[in-house]
Amino acid sequence: MKLGATWWFGIVAVVLLVLLPPIASFTQQEFYIGVATRVLAYAIAVSSLNLVLGHGGMLSLAQGSLLGAGAYTTAILTVEATKDVTFLPGATSAWITWPAAMLVGALLGLAIASISLRTRAIFFLMITLAFNQMLYYLFFSMKVYGGDDGLGMAARSDLLPGLALENDTVFFYVALALFAIFTFVQHRLVHSRFGRVLEGIRINEPRMQALGFDTYRYKLVCFAIGGAGSGLAGALLANKNLFVSPGLLDWLQSGTLLVMTILGGVGQLWGGLLGAAAYLVIEELLSAYTQRWQIGLGVALIAVTLYAPRGLGALFVPRRP
Amino acid sequence: MLFLEQTLNALQLGLMLFLIAAGLTLVFGIMDLVNLAHGSFYMLGAYVAATVAAKSGSFAAAFLVALAAAAGVGMLVEWLLLRRVYGRGHLSQVLVTFALILIANETVRWIWGANPIDMGVPRSLAGSVALAPGLSYSEYRLAIIVAGLALAAALFWMVNCTRLGIWIRAGASNRDMARALGVDTSRLFTLVFGLGAALSAFAGAMLGPILSVQVGMGEAIIILAFVVVVIGGIGSVRGALLGSIVVAAVDTYGRAFLPSALGAFLPLDIATHLGPGLSQVSIFVLMAAILFFRPRGLMPATG
Amino acid sequence: MNIRTALLAALALASTPPWAADKITIGFLTTRTGPLSGISGEKLEGFQLYLKTTGGKLGRLPVEVIVADDQNNPDAGRQAFERLAKRDRVDVLTGIMFSNVILSVAPAAVQSKIFFINSNVQPSELAGERCNPYIFNTAYQSDDTDEAVGRYVTERAHKNVALLAPNFPAGRDHLNGFKRAYKGAIAVEILPKVGQLDFSVEIAQIRAAKPDAVFVFLFGGMAVNFVKQYAQAGLAKEIPLYGAASTLEEDVLRGAGESALGMVSASNWNADLDNPANKRFVALHEKEYKRRPSLYSFQGWDTAALLDAAVKDVDGKIENREAFRAALRKASFSSARGPFKFGPNQVPIQDWYARRVEKDAQGQVVNRYLHTVVRGHADAYASQCKM
Repeated sequence: MKLGATWWFGIVAVVLLVLLPPIASFTQQEFYIGVATRVLAYAIAVSSLNLVLGHGGMLSLAQGSLLGAGAYTTAILTVEATKDVTFLPGATSAWITWPAAMLVGALLGLAIASISLRTRAIFFLMITLAFNQMLYYLFFSMKVYGGDDGLGMAARSDLLPGLALENDTVFFYVALALFAIFTFVQHRLVHSRFGRVLEGIRINEPRMQALGFDTYRYKLVCFAIGGAGSGLAGALLANKNLFVSPGLLDWLQSGTLLVMTILGGVGQLWGGLLGAAAYLVIEELLSAYTQRWQIGLGVALIAVTLYAPRGLGALFVPRRP
Repeated sequence: MLFLEQTLNALQLGLMLFLIAAGLTLVFGIMDLVNLAHGSFYMLGAYVAATVAAKSGSFAAAFLVALAAAAGVGMLVEWLLLRRVYGRGHLSQVLVTFALILIANETVRWIWGANPIDMGVPRSLAGSVALAPGLSYSEYRLAIIVAGLALAAALFWMVNCTRLGIWIRAGASNRDMARALGVDTSRLFTLVFGLGAALSAFAGAMLGPILSVQVGMGEAIIILAFVVVVIGGIGSVRGALLGSIVVAAVDTYGRAFLPSALGAFLPLDIATHLGPGLSQVSIFVLMAAILFFRPRGLMPATG
Repeated sequence: MNIRTALLAALALASTPPWAADKITIGFLTTRTGPLSGISGEKLEGFQLYLKTTGGKLGRLPVEVIVADDQNNPDAGRQAFERLAKRDRVDVLTGIMFSNVILSVAPAAVQSKIFFINSNVQPSELAGERCNPYIFNTAYQSDDTDEAVGRYVTERAHKNVALLAPNFPAGRDHLNGFKRAYKGAIAVEILPKVGQLDFSVEIAQIRAAKPDAVFVFLFGGMAVNFVKQYAQAGLAKEIPLYGAASTLEEDVLRGAGESALGMVSASNWNADLDNPANKRFVALHEKEYKRRPSLYSFQGWDTAALLDAAVKDVDGKIENREAFRAALRKASFSSARGPFKFGPNQVPIQDWYARRVEKDAQGQVVNRYLHTVVRGHADAYASQCKM
């Protein structure tokens, strides 16, 4: 697979992002640092779904609930740390709550996939939707953690002494670093033996089974990794807003993540970043101008489908098999 | 008595759900098209019917115009846009139909405003009927059941006894073979899409007087419709009917009896919490269970 | 001038920001998309209507209103708030309709030292433990409407009441508020899911429980649905229906029409209240928008009226946060709802009115004032506020 264009795109994107905070401060537009942080968090989530869909071939509507579960894990642990009488041991350190969010995302992903993978295609989609809704209603009905009103966090997670995440610029760079690491991991994964087997399964599962591979297990692991990524994205969003609510787990959220994935280019390395950035930036720009921004967004999505059918990321690379 | 009333409720919900799911399953089965925007025709039907009924005072006119409008818009959208994404796979279809939902909602809000609008029940059906001592049921809901049954019968007749029906079943069963045997798939697709839209709109128009006609009403119902299609089997109208009845029954009886059933052996405050929550989730649990044992649904169209 | 005076003068200059405000920027964050955007729009209309009467000014300051969309979603709402705070640098935030967005945005407003004038229902946490000098409320605390209805229902000698509210924390809170004031027995408690459209199941349950009245907390499309179906099932005449303020508000009457006749709710304001401020408001609203104002339009109007009075009180010097806050607390304006003052938690202490749905002289379905249920009612969480 030719990597030239993808590498260049990545370098340019990273350089631009690294320069964003100083430019924003200089032009008194600090608000956009927050926008970019949100894009990066979603980019991790969308890249996770990209892994699951683009490389694993699994069309899933459960990512919203995995993201939300990760967000809630972080929030709940943080809140429990400040209470006197606790049900769970709490923690405010990012080194505990963020991996915990990833773990929860992975475990839930594992659980969901273990049952859902008995079906395929549209049926798989619907079962993942079912599980998504079940998790949604679970968090919705947990009054002790706010229920529909949501749960607030008093402060962002502690990362390192001297590196306060309260500072938006610091938080942005942390998010950028995490996104870069995740993308690197994704890249290595896709090009590893695991990734090649997964690709084979995506293209022709019966053949891989005939060759002796336990395709079920490969897909399961892929889905779990996707869950971990979504959980991490959730932890970041929880920190960004200092607030979580069941709305993060709603099926429309899962649907939006799916749309972002397709928009960015399924199976493209930078699909996650492109999809999240395109969707959120269009939303941000249009909603500032008109109340009817959803029409504009709809038209933009249709245009992409018709004229860039393999997504935005594919505008940079040649056709893949 | 309560049980009888709830059964009638389940029947009414099931029949309306069937009208929506039938269109969805046909479109999916024959054209392999995932149409997330199917609920938008339901919404369009309700809005158009409400407006025409208010202006003209005639329910019959309202229905006819709503059906025609939905079929017209549906066929236009199919011809202009959806035709171009048939071969592109489900992902492109998801993107396009998601975009259509956004556009449809915003357009409806532009034309009719953001607040829910009122559609009154026709005067002749505004009362209730005493079906049995202690049970009086709304006349209009009975009318819905009757209309739903009539339309279901008509649909079955069409699918099983007419040439169009043969084409539809052939297309659902094996698209390429149907085309090879000379079925004009382009026209068939447009017709089927229009038919699905019309059925959805009919449900919207019928339910308008009892439900709130508001922007986004399609999204609430589309999830249930997809569940029905999946449970019943893609491409199968019989499956859609079975699925609708099952889903409606689980939903209705769950909401009606689960909280009190739980209250029998759980402390009251937990039952009040858990009951409604469980009944909300019960549909999804049901679907997961059915797919576990029958991964292709209860009555799949392809043999 | 000696050293001490000079130092004091320097200190005084240092504590007020170097700029003097030459305008006031209002961030109006509300729900512009989705089915509940209609009532949010009405609130904005009420706010803008008031500004028309002052020539676009609050006090002597020209006003810039920046409208943003929270999409009824705490994440998007928070994002929109950040834009208002960091890019547009608003002085005051108002307009939010829903408690989950309110709870997500309020702490951020406090941190940015932006006054949050909540023109909608106050969640219990913000009225109680998490009250804050930067958070005001110009509507009412969530439970107030239910407590007023509970009192009224007890007064009407109902002994066995069925309860219905959507199954989410706010819904259950509303029922608790009702139970706090109502002294009779509960026939059954029904909690349909949020956004439910078809209540035939729940209505059958109510009928089977044979209560002598029913109390309902619903809003928007859910309320419209329920009212219509309740009437169609023939229950409206048999089992009287009592609602919270939002259950039978103007938007619901427009959607449900004659189905709502005879139903009673309790609100802190009604269109036919007989005081000069209200008469002026209603007349102006009908002239401008060609329809009766709703509770939501009133909330927008009254918020603007409060801000107007407060800015006048500090003579436009809103940059002095302490003084502005004191002026807001004083609330020296004539509210269209009647008597108004702030409690210690900055939530209104006000009268509550029972009103019934009837046809007016023009044959329109409206809420008609019945009777003042309670005067000078303070919310139930004020004592938990440590301000």
